[in-house]
Amino acid sequence: MFPGERMIRQAIATNPPRFTPRVLLGAGLALLVLALPLLLPLFKVTVMTNIMIFAIVAIGLVLLTGVVGLTSFGHAAFMGVGAYTTAVLTTHYHLSPWLGLPAGLLVTGLIAWFLGVVTLRMSGHYLPLATIAWGMSLFYTFGNTPALGGFTGLTDIPPVTVLGTALTSPRQYAYLSLLCLVVVMLLTAFLLQSRVGRALRALRGGPVVAEAFGVNNFRMKVEVFMISAMYASLAGWLYAHSQRFVNPTPFSVHEGINYLFMAVVGGINYILGAVFGAALITQLREWLQDLLPKLLHAQGSFEIIVFGILVILTLQFARRGLWPLIERFLPQDRLRILPQQSAFPERAKPAPGTPLLSVRSALKQFGGLKAVNDVSFDLNAGEILGLIGPNGAGKSTMFNLITGVNPATSGQITFAGQEIGKAGAGAIHRLGLARTFQHVHLLPDLTLLENTMLGGYARAKAGMVQSMLHLERAEEAALQHEALRQLERVGLAAQAFELAGNLALGQQRILEVARALVADPTLLLLDEPAAGLRYGEKQELSALLKRLRDEGVTILIVEHDMDLVMNLVDRLVVMNYGQKLAEGTPAEIRQNGAVREAYLGVDMTEDGAA
Amino acid sequence: MQIFDPSIFPVLFADGLTNGAVYALLALALVLVFSVTRVIFIPIGEFVVFGTLTLAALQSGKVPGTLGLLLVLLGVAAIMQAFGQFRAGQSSRGLTTLVGGAVIGAVLWFAIGALAPMKLPLLLQSLITLLLVAPLGPLIYRVVYQPLQNATVLVLLIASVALHMVLSGLALVFFGPEGSRTPPFLSGDLKLGQVTVSQQSLLVILASAMLMMGLFFFFERTMIGKALRATAVNRVGARLVGISPTASGTLTFLLAALIGGVSGMLIGPSVAMGYDSGFLIGLKGFIGAIIGGLVSFPLAAGGAVLVGLIESFASFSLSAWKEVIVFTLILPVLLWRSLITKHIPEDEE
Repeated sequence: MFPGERMIRQAIATNPPRFTPRVLLGAGLALLVLALPLLLPLFKVTVMTNIMIFAIVAIGLVLLTGVVGLTSFGHAAFMGVGAYTTAVLTTHYHLSPWLGLPAGLLVTGLIAWFLGVVTLRMSGHYLPLATIAWGMSLFYTFGNTPALGGFTGLTDIPPVTVLGTALTSPRQYAYLSLLCLVVVMLLTAFLLQSRVGRALRALRGGPVVAEAFGVNNFRMKVEVFMISAMYASLAGWLYAHSQRFVNPTPFSVHEGINYLFMAVVGGINYILGAVFGAALITQLREWLQDLLPKLLHAQGSFEIIVFGILVILTLQFARRGLWPLIERFLPQDRLRILPQQSAFPERAKPAPGTPLLSVRSALKQFGGLKAVNDVSFDLNAGEILGLIGPNGAGKSTMFNLITGVNPATSGQITFAGQEIGKAGAGAIHRLGLARTFQHVHLLPDLTLLENTMLGGYARAKAGMVQSMLHLERAEEAALQHEALRQLERVGLAAQAFELAGNLALGQQRILEVARALVADPTLLLLDEPAAGLRYGEKQELSALLKRLRDEGVTILIVEHDMDLVMNLVDRLVVMNYGQKLAEGTPAEIRQNGAVREAYLGVDMTEDGAA
Repeated sequence: MQIFDPSIFPVLFADGLTNGAVYALLALALVLVFSVTRVIFIPIGEFVVFGTLTLAALQSGKVPGTLGLLLVLLGVAAIMQAFGQFRAGQSSRGLTTLVGGAVIGAVLWFAIGALAPMKLPLLLQSLITLLLVAPLGPLIYRVVYQPLQNATVLVLLIASVALHMVLSGLALVFFGPEGSRTPPFLSGDLKLGQVTVSQQSLLVILASAMLMMGLFFFFERTMIGKALRATAVNRVGARLVGISPTASGTLTFLLAALIGGVSGMLIGPSVAMGYDSGFLIGLKGFIGAIIGGLVSFPLAAGGAVLVGLIESFASFSLSAWKEVIVFTLILPVLLWRSLITKHIPEDEE
């Protein structure tokens, strides 16, 4: 029944072994790092601890900046919240540092939630600007509050106690920091390998793309900002109990900018890039603070000149940072296919011939322009319906009305028995409508398999926390298997583990079809799938769509290419100047005088063009 | 409340209006730069610092550090430009660029070296200041932003922050750690009823207003100004009708640097300016710009004046909390903007 099953068995059989060169390399490196706090001189151990603490902040920025495409200059301030919360609770109230940590995380989470809610509905640059302002005001608040020690700060913060041992020596403390860093790295890596991680990456493609798969953009952005801020808060807690005193200086906006520099120079898309960047910038800082004042015969923090230039050069010449230059030489592991535990329930498909989508007097007005004016048509299950028309006919607007990108001004649109005229894109997707994009929207750095899995986002449920703890592996397995099945169905199974960015445009379009199919849709909407394709690619696409129709998939296709449409669809709706011009089978449309006039400018049926 | 005392209120109000006028100029420059080039120009405050410190150096007969900064940037820009020309096979043009850059640099070096110790009249010194500060804008555009022309707003923002760090570090190198004030252009007070206002304050407000009017006419009446507006409305469309993004970027940064330099000379007598004062001043302009949504000039200017007033009243009654109040103000503003902003789907990247 499923040709995909053999493919899945084969993919599991060829899973990489437990101990790949990459895993062994990582284990060796981990052993080295474990030995370092015992081997290094004491002062170097402190530097190492600082690097690990800074790396935690930088990883939060990788999540926020590299993955989602937002940024924050206020992460030092979030660190400050974590540090000051624990400092106040442990010195004024004599509570355990182990209470200071969750308290700091809670306070930070709330502040981040508020900042996120206020800014994240607007364009992406409002969040960073807000973080600058909030970082400034928090800095002066720390400095002007007598209860927080003013600009001198709070001293005599107690050490962290583990199993009755107070961690007073820097060597012991280095292990606590290392533990925290490793936990943060694992949580982040798990998150990025999950359903939520793929959705986070999809946010970069703009709100329309992620929303089309049922992702709640706004909520997702607020959540990721909170997590990123809470990492910084954890780092602040570590910092406070490592220094044993806090003052406002390390939590200023300029320090916040430094953390962003670490992530940018290290590699804004990579967890290891953040660690690398933290180590590089911290070491460089030590070294430059020694060298530059001697060179310039003056006192001052001149290293910021070097860092600034370094960041500008990175952005100009290696926008992905320095880590990819190293990563290139490291062995890579193929994604591991998990054994299936359960499958997703399949949607009940309507019987062929029954009405699935009906548009009634749809109207969309932009100011004085009626882009779609009183259009009605029906689509029955099991058919391919083409929506065509000259440029500016209102096809794309119609497409946006049906998919919920842009709701109709008036009229009814019913899909699968539900009125969807005012519903959002995500809600319509959950009713069983999946789409492709006119301008291909894939994640070029991910494999075909992972790109396809994004299509099943709405079928799974695991949230951010479950994903970070890898408690969603059963769902993940089901998604992997479904994605492999659909890749097999469209003929891309052989390339499942290659990067989507390496595909030709025709194959990328087909990959978008596979991604849409993972959602188990009752209706597939294709937005100009043949645009920019070569002849051979069009033939392949056409053959695939016919095969899908024969397998019972209902398709609505908006297209320019007459040849493709006429040979593919069962029925056509022709639009012109926002109105429906004609409707019928391809043969009927060919004979329609009004359609000819719209396309050719003159009606050639009567005066005998032959 | 004490601030409403009739002997105090007008003074605070005038102070707030004076600083607010300067913030408004900066807010306008920020909106201009953002709408034409998508650059969120965090380093605008550094130009204010350069304006004040250059004039202060000329006042004491010293060669201003700006000269060094200008020569360094000129050198880097000339080399980058020539490198591009050589790679495009235009060796003679590349050579011209290099020689031209060297000649301009040398002329500046000798001219400023000769003029600085002469302690010229204040007005001439102001002109020299602008001559030194304004070219920094286009040079910075050439060196930092032009290679990033196609980058996202996010990347440009990170570059801006990095540039701010570089410029404030270089300001420390070239100007040293001490702060300076500049002399007021007008001394003496004006009595309006029982209220006394310094003539300098009036001059600042008047000069800002005139500069804004000038900008308005530039954008409404001149071809170049219209070209910039076209770029702000639609970058691709402007390109299609032959408006080069590089040319409009260069011009925009020239205007921004000019506005920054003028602002520095206007605010110089009332604020002790150090190499690192720019960030705070620039950010206050930003709050105004954000009130205008980074697109509306009148809202931005109005917002900036409001920032100046709030700051002035806060500094009297709660001076330690002045910055906290000013920067926390942004949160209700953003909340308000968030509520009035319609959710418009847009394609990024």
